[in-house]
Amino acid sequence: MAIAVVGIGTWEILVRADVMDAFFFPRPSDIAEQIGDWVSDGDIFDHLLITLTEALLALVIGSVLGLVVGFVLARWQLLAEIFDPYIKMLNSLPRVVLAPIFLLWFGLGIWSKVVFGVTLVFFIVFFNTYQGVREVSAVLVNNARILGAKEGQMLRHVFLPSALTWIFSSLHVSVGFAIVGAVVGEYLGASEGMGYLISEAEGVFDTTGVFAGMVVLAAVVLVIDLVVHRVERFLLRWKPDGAI
Amino acid sequence: MPPGTAMVELADVVVSFPTNDGGDYTAVSDIHLQVEAGTFLSVAGPTGCGKSTLLNAVAGLVAPTGGQVLIDGQPLRGLNDRVGYLFQQEALLPWKNVLDNVAFGLQLRGVGKAEREERAREWIWRVGLSGFERAYPHQLSGGMRKRAAVAQTWLVDPDILLMDEPFSALDVQTRQIMENELLDLWTGSGKTVIFVTHDLDEAVSLSDEVVLLSAGPASHIVGRYPIDLPRPRNLMDLRTRPEFTEIYARIWADLREEVMKGYERTTANTADRRR
Ligand SMILES: Nc1ncnc2c1ncn2[C@@H]1O[C@H](COP(=O)(O)OP(=O)(O)O)[C@@H](O)[C@H]1O
Ligand SMILES: [Mg+2]
Repeated sequence: MAIAVVGIGTWEILVRADVMDAFFFPRPSDIAEQIGDWVSDGDIFDHLLITLTEALLALVIGSVLGLVVGFVLARWQLLAEIFDPYIKMLNSLPRVVLAPIFLLWFGLGIWSKVVFGVTLVFFIVFFNTYQGVREVSAVLVNNARILGAKEGQMLRHVFLPSALTWIFSSLHVSVGFAIVGAVVGEYLGASEGMGYLISEAEGVFDTTGVFAGMVVLAAVVLVIDLVVHRVERFLLRWKPDGAI
Repeated sequence: MPPGTAMVELADVVVSFPTNDGGDYTAVSDIHLQVEAGTFLSVAGPTGCGKSTLLNAVAGLVAPTGGQVLIDGQPLRGLNDRVGYLFQQEALLPWKNVLDNVAFGLQLRGVGKAEREERAREWIWRVGLSGFERAYPHQLSGGMRKRAAVAQTWLVDPDILLMDEPFSALDVQTRQIMENELLDLWTGSGKTVIFVTHDLDEAVSLSDEVVLLSAGPASHIVGRYPIDLPRPRNLMDLRTRPEFTEIYARIWADLREEVMKGYERTTANTADRRR
């Protein structure tokens, strides 16, 4: 905290003393003022809501797809062998190049951003599910079978919880990617959202607006991160401390 | 059950595993064994001789490469639904608390929540874990986890109990207490127990019969020793009685030979590899 105060204070002083150019490095007080304006006229909340909606949809859809595909491939070795090269190929593709294509396919609305986010989230959840199902110890599986578990019950009581462990412990990454997907998508082409706000400000060389947008995004992500951390702690409460 | 039919019978059982270099490793071979209903049988032998493999065959987790496993006179196909199995390794589900773990078998059978929790609580009390219903496995000591596993296995009331070195990881005191408790639980239950241990002392003090396996590979039965010590037994003073030491000494003479063979074989292998 003290570091932040000193850092921002120094920045403010250096800009006021003309050591740093206010065009490239807007004064922190101006950035704060800009954020204050956005909050008081309420615009920022609409943009935030759009961005977070896109991110949430991407997170949910990407997770469900990743979970289902991960399960199927982990349980049917043959399918895994058939699809392995394709999945590796798709995953190694730099995803940003897909964003403009999705804009063409799905338009400027929220769905192009959602689909883009899904391609980012899917692979994380997919790999974690696959790993989680594969890594269940043979003893747990045998014990459950001896106690009378049928295939469906194995899924529910053994494989799913194991996969969820892996997925939850990568929730941070998934949430981060969902937000990145939304913002980058908006930045490349949209009429609303935080990414749009930043790209608009940039278009008119309004560096104060760009910085203000970044600060708001960072603050929101920080809050979401805290919440995710709490959720994770709760869902993985059966794990020994420090294993999370 | 018609007289003369054993609860568990191993007829000419051979189990081999494929090895990485494409060959076969024969873990146990030529196993003939009958276990009468209601008896407590121990299997002892040097580490790695194939004790766990035999239990897996009885449980139906491993199909014998040769011979047959008969349960109550019927050839076993697939999983054996009459056994309870206390594994050598930890087998509690880490994401379920003690209550849910113990009640797991009943849950799988579709028993309602209220009933299964009531019955689980009773077993949790019997194994001395009352007050720990909501604890997760990682919050318990090794001995407590074994108790929970015992409750989980016994709650579904299997006719046959397979126990694989259940107490070998516990300290001496806990181990003696749990051995005593196991005998209390078993006495009068009518259950058939096959108990695996590498500890001869434990085998002799608990069992009606001790079966000794030779060192692997292709481990076979070296000897069967009826233990006619009177029951009920008090394990605390049993071990100092002359009958006990006499039987113990007799089996130990044979076991020591197998342990030495196994030891020589592994050291010879290591020497080979070094060369
Ligand atoms: N699934 C398996 N695949 C290959 N080899 C195995 C397998 N299970 C056991 N073995 C081998 O069979 C032998 C007997 O193992 P095990 O039954 O676990 O011995 P014990 O329980 O007496 O210590 C060991 O040499 C072990 O490496
Ligand atoms: Mg073993």
